[in-house]
Amino acid sequence: MTNATAGRRPSPLAYGLMTVLGWTAALVMFFPIFWMLLSAFKREIDAIAVPPLLVFEPTLENFAAVQGRANYFGAAWNSIVISVGSTILGTLLALPAAYAMAFYPGPRTKDLLLWMLSTKMMPAVGVLVPLYLLFKNTGLLDTRTGLVIITTLANLPIIVWMLYSFFKEVPGEIIEASRMDGAKPFQQFALVLMPLALPGIASTALLSIILAWNEAFWTINLTAANAGPLTAFIASFSSPEGLFWAKLSAASTLAVAPILVFGWMTQRQLVRGLTFGAVK
Amino acid sequence: MNLGRIAALSLAALLSGTSLTLAQTLTIATVNNSDMIIMQRLAPRFEQATGIKLNWVVLEENVLRQRVTTDIATKGGQFDIVTIGAYETPIWGKQGWLTPVDDLGDDYDYGDLFEPVKNGLSHQGKLYAVPFYAESSFTFYRKDLFEKAGLQMPDRPTYAQVAEFAQKLHDPNNGVYGICLRGKPGWGENAAYVTTVVNTFGGRWFDMEWKPQLTSGPWKEAVNFYVDTLRKYGPPGAAANGHNENRALFASGNCGMWVDATSAAGYIFNPKESKVAEKTAFTNAPVAKVPNGAGWAWSWALGIPTSTKNSEAAKKFVEWATNKEYVKLVGETEGWVSAPPGTRKSTYANPDYKKAAPFADFVLQAILAADPAKPTAEPVPYTGVQFVAIPEFQAIGTQVGQNIAAALAGQTTVDQALQTSQSAVERTMRQAGYPK
Amino acid sequence: MNAPLSPAASVAAASATALAFRRKPLVRTGALLAPAVAVLLLWMIVPLAMTLWFSVQRYNLLDPSISGFAGFDNYEFLLTDPVLPTVVLNTIKLLGGVLLASVVFGTLLAVLLDQDFFGRGIARLLVIAPFFVMPTVSALVWKNLLMHPVNGFFAWVATSLGFRSIDWFTDLPMAAIVTIVSWQWIPFATLILLTALQSLDREQIEAARMDGARGFTLLRFIILPHLARPISVVVMIETIFLLAVFAEILITTGGGPGQATTTLTYLIYLRALLEWDVGGASAGAVLAIVLANVVAFFLVRTVARNLDR
Repeated sequence: MTNATAGRRPSPLAYGLMTVLGWTAALVMFFPIFWMLLSAFKREIDAIAVPPLLVFEPTLENFAAVQGRANYFGAAWNSIVISVGSTILGTLLALPAAYAMAFYPGPRTKDLLLWMLSTKMMPAVGVLVPLYLLFKNTGLLDTRTGLVIITTLANLPIIVWMLYSFFKEVPGEIIEASRMDGAKPFQQFALVLMPLALPGIASTALLSIILAWNEAFWTINLTAANAGPLTAFIASFSSPEGLFWAKLSAASTLAVAPILVFGWMTQRQLVRGLTFGAVK
Repeated sequence: MNLGRIAALSLAALLSGTSLTLAQTLTIATVNNSDMIIMQRLAPRFEQATGIKLNWVVLEENVLRQRVTTDIATKGGQFDIVTIGAYETPIWGKQGWLTPVDDLGDDYDYGDLFEPVKNGLSHQGKLYAVPFYAESSFTFYRKDLFEKAGLQMPDRPTYAQVAEFAQKLHDPNNGVYGICLRGKPGWGENAAYVTTVVNTFGGRWFDMEWKPQLTSGPWKEAVNFYVDTLRKYGPPGAAANGHNENRALFASGNCGMWVDATSAAGYIFNPKESKVAEKTAFTNAPVAKVPNGAGWAWSWALGIPTSTKNSEAAKKFVEWATNKEYVKLVGETEGWVSAPPGTRKSTYANPDYKKAAPFADFVLQAILAADPAKPTAEPVPYTGVQFVAIPEFQAIGTQVGQNIAAALAGQTTVDQALQTSQSAVERTMRQAGYPK
Repeated sequence: MNAPLSPAASVAAASATALAFRRKPLVRTGALLAPAVAVLLLWMIVPLAMTLWFSVQRYNLLDPSISGFAGFDNYEFLLTDPVLPTVVLNTIKLLGGVLLASVVFGTLLAVLLDQDFFGRGIARLLVIAPFFVMPTVSALVWKNLLMHPVNGFFAWVATSLGFRSIDWFTDLPMAAIVTIVSWQWIPFATLILLTALQSLDREQIEAARMDGARGFTLLRFIILPHLARPISVVVMIETIFLLAVFAEILITTGGGPGQATTTLTYLIYLRALLEWDVGGASAGAVLAIVLANVVAFFLVRTVARNLDR
C-alpha cells in the first residue's frame, strides 16, 4: 500500500458523490472534443445540421478522404521524432542546470531563471524572417534536425523552470544526509535526487512532449514536403473556403489520438511515480 | 552529316537525360481548395507520363500565403511551384520573384484564357502565373422563398431591390434571414465584399495621388447601406461570419439571399453538402450606381519562383495542370461540374460543362465584367477589384474590416468607423512612403 | 551504493532548515549550468540582436525598394498608434481572464481529481485532453460547432430552453476568446497542480482531518499554501504562452469587432505576416518583450513571493 492511498477509505456516500462530481467535470471539459469526435463520423451536411444530430448514420468517408490526401503516418512519425527528440535533448540540457539552481543557488540564480523564461517571450511572429534566413543558410530548412533544435530551444526554459520547481520540493536534508554518507555530487544526483524527483521529471517530460506536439508556428513555417509533422497535416484540412468540419474533425481526431493514448499510458506511470514522490 | 546528326541526337539525349535526373522531383505548394485536391489526385498521370516525381505541400489559405511569402521573399528555394492568388502575383512579378510563364508553347493557346483573368496575373503586360481557376461574385437566392413571397429576381438586381427583397424574406422566427453577407474582419473577408459595394456606389480606395478616400461620399453611402441592411435583415452574429459561416448558413437553409463567390455554386448545388441544392438559383451581383467592380475578380494560379533550380520541369507541370486537356480530363474523370471554372473560353463553349453547371453563364458574365485593370468608375493608380495590389493592403484591409465590423456590431457609427479607418490608412501609407 | 536513506529519516529531518545547506556553494555550478545557459544565450542573443537591428531599419519583405536606417521611426509609428492603449488593455484582459480561470478551475479540478472515485484515471485523462488539441482546431470547433448563434450547439440548447441565443463574437467577443483559450489552458493548470497535490504529505492532511479540519478549512490552510509555488509556476508559464496567442483570435473574430479583440500579438501579426513590415514588426516585438517582462516581473513578485523562501 502506498502513501497516496493509505488514507482512510472514503465513505460510500462520499465516494459516490465524488464519482458524480468528478465525472461531471470531466465530461464538461471533454464535451467539445467529444463533439469533434462525433463530427468526424458525420457527413459534411450533417455536421452543421440544426438541431445538432445525435443520432446519425456513421460514415468513415472522412477518414478515407483524409488518408487519401495526405500522408498521415509520415506526419505522425515526424511528430514523434520531433517531440520525443526535443524532450530528450531538452531534459538532458535542463537537468544539470535545474539541479545546480535548486541546490546550489547563487545570488544571481533567480535572475538567471527569469531571464531564461523571458527568452520565451519573444513573439515568434516577429522573428520569423530572421530565423528563416538563419535556417536557410545552415541548410536546416525542412529537416527534422532543424525542428528538433528549434523545439528544444523553445521549450528549454519551461523545462528548466519546472524541474527547478520540482527539485525545490525535495528537502535539501536528504541530499545533505547522503553527502554526509560520502555521496559524490553525481551520485547524489543520480541515486538520491532522481528517484525522488522522478514524478516531477516525468510530468515535465510529458508536458514537453505535449507542447512540442502542439507547436504549430515553427513546425509549419520551417517545413515543406519532408519534415512536416501533424500540425502541418492539420493545416491542410482547415480552410477558409468550403465546408470541412467533418474532415477537419477526422484529421484532428487522427492527430490527437496518438498523444491521447500516450497520455493515458503515462498517466498510470505518472500516478505510480507520484506515490514515490510522497516521501517528503 | 549523318554522323553529325547522330552525335547531335545523342548529345541531346544525354542533355535531356541529365536534366531529367536533375529535375526528377518537384515540390509544389498549394492550397486545400477542392479544385487543387482534384489536381493532386490526378497528378500521378503527369508523373507517369514524364517521370518527374511530385512532392505536395498542401496548406490552408492563410497559412499557405504566409509560408510561401516567407520562402519566396528570402529566396529560400523550398518550392518549385507555388499556388498564389491574383493579389500577390503582380506584386511578386514586379519584384522579379516569379519566372514569366508566357512561353509554355503554341499548344497552350493563351488566346483561350479570359482577358480579365490574365490581366489580374500580369505585371506590365507579362504573365507571371497561369490561372488554375477563377471566380467572381454573384447573388445566390432561394427560388422557393421568392416564389412563396411572390417576388421576381431580375437579371441584374440593384442594391435597393436587394434590400427590399431581404425585408420581405426576413423571417427570423422560422430561421430564415433575408440576406447573408460577409462580416468577419479580414482583407479577404468583409473588406473584399464591402469593396465591391463601394465600387458600385462609385467609390475607390485611393485617388491617383494615393490619397485614401474612405471618408468620401460613396464610401459613406455604401457602408451605411451594407450595415443597415445586414443589421436589419441579416443573421445574428453577422459580424463574425466569413465565407464559410455564410456558406454553412445558406447550405442549411437559413438565408434568403447571399452575395458571395461564384466558386461556391458547385457546393450549393451538391446535395451531399447542401440542403437547398434544388431550391437555389443565381443572378448577377447587385449594382448601385455604376456597374464597375460590382463583382470581384479572384483567381488561384500556379507560379514558378525564380529561386527554383527546376524551372523547365516546373513549366511542364504548370502547362499540364492548366491546359485544355486538363480541363477535359477533370470533366471526364471527376464529372463536368467539377471542371476548373473561370479560366478558359473553351470550357464555357463545351456543351457538357454547360449542361452540368447551370450557373455557367452567370459565372462567365461575372468574370468578364470584373476587370482588375479597370476596377472602378473613377481612375485609380492600382489594380485589383476587391483588393489593392500593393504589399500594404493585407494589413490595411484587415484594419478597415475591423472598423466596419465594429459599426456592424453597433459599437460605433459608420461615420466614426470610416473616420478611424481613414486616419489608420493614412498613417500606414505615410509610413510605407507613398506616394511613390 | 552510497545512498542509505530511509523515508522515515528524511521526514524526521524535514523540520530542519534547508537554507544553511543551500547557501553553501560546495560544487562548482558553472559546469552544470553552462550547456543550458549557453544554448539559451545563443537562442536569445541572435534573434534578439536581429530583432533590435531590424527595429531601426526600414525593411519590408515584399518591397525591397524600402530600405535604410529608420532611427526610431518604427517605434514612433507604433507608439503613436491611436489603437495602442486599447490593444495593450486587451492583452491584459485576455491574460488576466485566462490566468484567473485556469488557476481557479485548475485548483478545483485538481482537488477533485485528487479524490478517490470510480474511473478516476479516465476522468483525469478526459480533463487533460483539451490540452492536446491544436489551437486552430479548438478555435474552429468552438466558433462553428459550439458558439455560433444560429447553428451552434449552445444556441440550440438556449433556444430549446426558451432563451435567446447569445451572439458571442459580437456582444461578448473578448469573453468568448477568454473562454476558448481558458478551455485549452485549464488542463495544464490541473495537471501541474494535481502533480503537486500528489506530493502533499498525506499524513499532514490526515492530522488536520483528525483535528477537525474539513472542506474549506482544509483547502484554505493546508492545500492552498502548499499549492502556492505550483500556482506561480502555472501563472508564469501560462503568461508566456498566452502572450503568444493569435490563432484563436484570427480564426474567431479577426481582431474585431473594432479593436475589441486585437491584442499586441495580433497587432504584431498584422505587421509581420500580413504587411510583412519587418521593421515595424520588430519594433512591436521589442515592445512586447518589454511588456512581457514587466508583466512577468509584476506577477512573479506578487503571486509568488514564496519563491524567495
